[in-house]
Amino acid sequence: MTQTTPEAPVRRQRAQVKVRTLRTDRWWLVPFVTFLGLSSFLVYGVWAIIDTSIFVEPYIAPFASPCLAAVTCPEGARVFGWAPIGDWYTLSPGLLILALPGGFRLTCYYYRKSYYRSFWLSPPACAVQEPHGKYTGERRFPLIMQNIHRYFFYAAIVIGLVLAYDAVLAVVHKPDGLGSWILIANAVLINAYTASCHSCRHITAGRLNHFSRHPLRYRAWTFVSKLNAKHQQLAWASMFSVMGADLYVRLVAKGIIAFPFA
Amino acid sequence: MENTHNTERHEYDVVVIGAGGAGLRAAIEARQQGKRTAIICKSLFGKAHTVMAEGGAAAAMGNVNSADNWMVHFRDTMRGGKFLNNWRMAELHAKEAPDRVWELEAWGALFDRTKDGKISQRNFGGHEYPRLAHVGDRTGLELIRTLQQRVVALQQEDYETHGDYEAYIKVFSECTITRLLKDGDAISGAFGYWRESGNFVLFDAPAVVLATGGIGKSYVVTSNSWEYTGDGHALALLAGAKLINMEFIQFHPTGMVWPPSVRGILVTESVRGDGGVLRNSEGRRFMFDYIPEVFKAQYATTEEEADRWYTDQANNRRPPELLPRDEVARAINAEVKAGRGSPQGGVFLDVSTRLPAEEIKRRLPSMHHQFKELADVDITAEPMQVGPTCHYVMGGVEVDADTGAAAVPGLFAAGEVSGGMHGSNRLGGNSLSDLLVFGRRAGAGASAYVDRIPARPKVLAEQVDAAREEALAPLGRSGDNPYEVHHELQRTMNDLVGIIRKAEEVSEALQVVEKLKERVAMVGAAGSPIYNPGWHLAIDLRNMVLVSECVARAALLREESRGGHTRDDFPAMDPTWRRKLLVCSLGPGDGVRVEEQPQPQMRDDLLALFDGDELKKYLTDEEMAEFDGIAKS
Amino acid sequence: MSYKAKFKVWRGEGGEGRLEDFTVEVNEGEVVLDIIHRLQATQAPDLAVRWNCKAGKCGSCSMEINGKPRLGCMTRMSTFDEDETITVTPMRTFPVIKDLVTDVSYNYQKAREVPSFTPPAGVRPGEYRMKQVDVERSQEFRKCIECFMCNNVCHVIRDHEENKTNFSGPRFLMRIAELDMHPLDVADRQDAAQEQHGLGYCNITKCCTEVCPEHIKITDNALIPMKERVVDAKYDPLVWLGNKIFRRGK
Repeated sequence: MTQTTPEAPVRRQRAQVKVRTLRTDRWWLVPFVTFLGLSSFLVYGVWAIIDTSIFVEPYIAPFASPCLAAVTCPEGARVFGWAPIGDWYTLSPGLLILALPGGFRLTCYYYRKSYYRSFWLSPPACAVQEPHGKYTGERRFPLIMQNIHRYFFYAAIVIGLVLAYDAVLAVVHKPDGLGSWILIANAVLINAYTASCHSCRHITAGRLNHFSRHPLRYRAWTFVSKLNAKHQQLAWASMFSVMGADLYVRLVAKGIIAFPFA
Repeated sequence: MENTHNTERHEYDVVVIGAGGAGLRAAIEARQQGKRTAIICKSLFGKAHTVMAEGGAAAAMGNVNSADNWMVHFRDTMRGGKFLNNWRMAELHAKEAPDRVWELEAWGALFDRTKDGKISQRNFGGHEYPRLAHVGDRTGLELIRTLQQRVVALQQEDYETHGDYEAYIKVFSECTITRLLKDGDAISGAFGYWRESGNFVLFDAPAVVLATGGIGKSYVVTSNSWEYTGDGHALALLAGAKLINMEFIQFHPTGMVWPPSVRGILVTESVRGDGGVLRNSEGRRFMFDYIPEVFKAQYATTEEEADRWYTDQANNRRPPELLPRDEVARAINAEVKAGRGSPQGGVFLDVSTRLPAEEIKRRLPSMHHQFKELADVDITAEPMQVGPTCHYVMGGVEVDADTGAAAVPGLFAAGEVSGGMHGSNRLGGNSLSDLLVFGRRAGAGASAYVDRIPARPKVLAEQVDAAREEALAPLGRSGDNPYEVHHELQRTMNDLVGIIRKAEEVSEALQVVEKLKERVAMVGAAGSPIYNPGWHLAIDLRNMVLVSECVARAALLREESRGGHTRDDFPAMDPTWRRKLLVCSLGPGDGVRVEEQPQPQMRDDLLALFDGDELKKYLTDEEMAEFDGIAKS
Repeated sequence: MSYKAKFKVWRGEGGEGRLEDFTVEVNEGEVVLDIIHRLQATQAPDLAVRWNCKAGKCGSCSMEINGKPRLGCMTRMSTFDEDETITVTPMRTFPVIKDLVTDVSYNYQKAREVPSFTPPAGVRPGEYRMKQVDVERSQEFRKCIECFMCNNVCHVIRDHEENKTNFSGPRFLMRIAELDMHPLDVADRQDAAQEQHGLGYCNITKCCTEVCPEHIKITDNALIPMKERVVDAKYDPLVWLGNKIFRRGK
């Protein structure tokens, strides 16, 4: 008599199970590890903004690229020697552009899942009760802003191309440098992560209802869909690669790493 | 009638019992004809057994092979049923199936497509051309969901015009009907209970459409769910209608045999349609040894020819794995009996060596899933083990082909619960189309009946009281455990009235059933009436025993082997028996009576669709003489 | 091959109830639903459980096994240790009727609120032409067996009963996506998805996908694409500006 009789005989209640969850596995492990991973990224990011060793010929630290400030960007670090931000700006160059890749990751559908789960515990894991009394989701400010993800995606394409350009430049100048190849690997992962984005999938052809009328876009969609299935893995891989590449460049710049092939 | 005790009462024009394909299609039709319609189902809305149908819906649309048309489909159906079919039903079915399938598309169904965007059709046992509209191997789910969503669409229309979703069509789910009510000769309503609360419910309605499906739960090894307790068959009998062809039960050749808990669950015929082959423990493709004389012309005799058929169907005969289901089931049974079976008592069905793994996953996703999850077997890497399982009852309520009307005024039946359409054996894929074609016809027939009658029959209080007492009885008793009685019935039917039958075994079964009848009258169910499965089973047992008795009595009388009825002591098909139907009815008292009734003669123009050589295998000499007369004229 | 397993099964009516202990025989190859049936047949004849096909095709036997939403018929006993106590409870998000049976009417109400397939005018049955690539996305969603475990696990309503009014759950947001991606559906569904069915409540934490017994990628293939379509319709400033300037969309 479930769906159709409004005249329910008794007031209906859920099963009264007092505990938050009856799960017996280590459901807390994944959110915990995620919390540590994302936190380390945040901490590193803050340090990378403060730190000034962003360039050593021919390497530029990814966190500071594109380097746009006239005062704080060394000549070789600028893209085509271009520095549109004038003398008035004396802070870290990374601060100027970090909002773009940062915003891309912050509004990314995968990162949203991971920090909603691990930071906000909403929910910490499936079938584990969340600790909040109220929940309104992404319906109002500020979380409704998550909907601008695709603009960050456009910006991320540009940043991705700049990083690729940086890496190619490094290889041209120093094909035997370990750093060149670290930057190449990073550029590949960053761009793969960008291309695997759900917004990208939507824009290529996801928004269409007739794939058959757009064979090229459909093929692109098929490719992006394959990447998209790996979005989570690419998110983590590119996060660690960008941290690793950035740190490597800075360590070389500081002279801490000084192998002949560095 | 005053509303006695806590029995709620509803008034409708048409009450449809069963919410599978046939029930929903009937209800949609009745509502579209402006009738206030109730749909009653034992499970939740959308869970009916139709979801288990995998292969597809047979309809001669000619999308894949344009040579296909209704006449070819009609011939295949009659051939499959060994000419025992109600020819009028087979004719209507073949003619109307395409429209019924197309209509589903307009209601939102998404079938697999051909290159030019039409509905794709696949090959299936017994069908001459690719004919089954399908969605992967989950066609039944698509069908039920589409009909379910069509019902919702109609409710939304009613909400727009009347402000009430349920103004014209309402689903009563988890509700079981235990008795049909009559005023004089005619149906006046139905009585039942809510599974959830145990409260009783009374439907006051001049027309009842039975669409309750089959009887498989009377057998141990079955592909059918718990709902298949023969409710509609029994309700019809108890209301004075007749059942025909009850001796014909289809054992699907390929059910899972392991693990024990899923024994009987279906392995779709598409596995064979898409290239899967049957092998015994010696690795031999044994089906080549079992091609019966009547099918010799249509089936390949060498493995080479059979294998060529998958890619070139025009120039090769089809593999014997695709013989009608009864033939394949008997062959497997024989192999196992001869000691050439698989370790767990079946034979091997192998698709892993025949198709690349990716292709298997694409074409048979739910089979891959089913074996992976239930048996931990990867069908892309190793063969499946399969054996026959009780699948479908060809017999059922005797109905008028055009309207689905049973002998009792106001009673209609459609789908598996009705009899005649499939003769002695149903072709795969003909079930889903049967549901749609005759579901619609029964809904229309019931609507026309409601329009025709001068006054609504009355519900009589004493019938309601008797029905309530009957239903309550097991709760008050502390008799046998219903589960034990059920199990004994299942074992008896499985062992003694199974695929291969003998007179003495069937007689023995009848004696057991007789005893079980007494025990059923004494079973008790502990606990309250609120969602009490023991009580529900106790009530269903009445139906199962009644139907089992029909099956056994008819099986004892028919002294020949045909389709879903194989007699070890009469192994041949006998043309004189083709002219006789066995009709089951309730005698005075509680006894089941089975009598012979002549099979109506096929219309000349339909008979002329066959050639003489083929008919010779089925018809008597006397009939053949007549046929020669028709052929000449 | 058989052993005795320890079970805790939630028993009770209308919310009141407790976990009851059972010790029950388990044989090789059995699933949790088999054990529930054995309890019915031997120890608790009135133990209520919904089930039908026993093959993972009908979606009736949804329950929570060791706290996780699962189909009883698709959870093999071999996935547990023999000395493990297995806890079986009804779905938590829906009111309980008795034992493992819940009142899932919420789902049927929500189903009724999604406007049905709207075919194009003038196309008669039999004249529908659709390409396989165009129907595949919606076909994936139509694999849904309506076990309602996605709606059960979704924290939006699992942890917040009050959101039930404004949120249709993954199952029916996916139904909207199915129709929105249908090559021949002509209805406009994006606004309703956001405003009436509460797509904005979804924070894509993917539990619906995790529990889906049909392995439908609900979040990646239905909910997120639907969110992106809603962005097209409602939140894309370029689209908005374009509409203002070129007066499209009216």
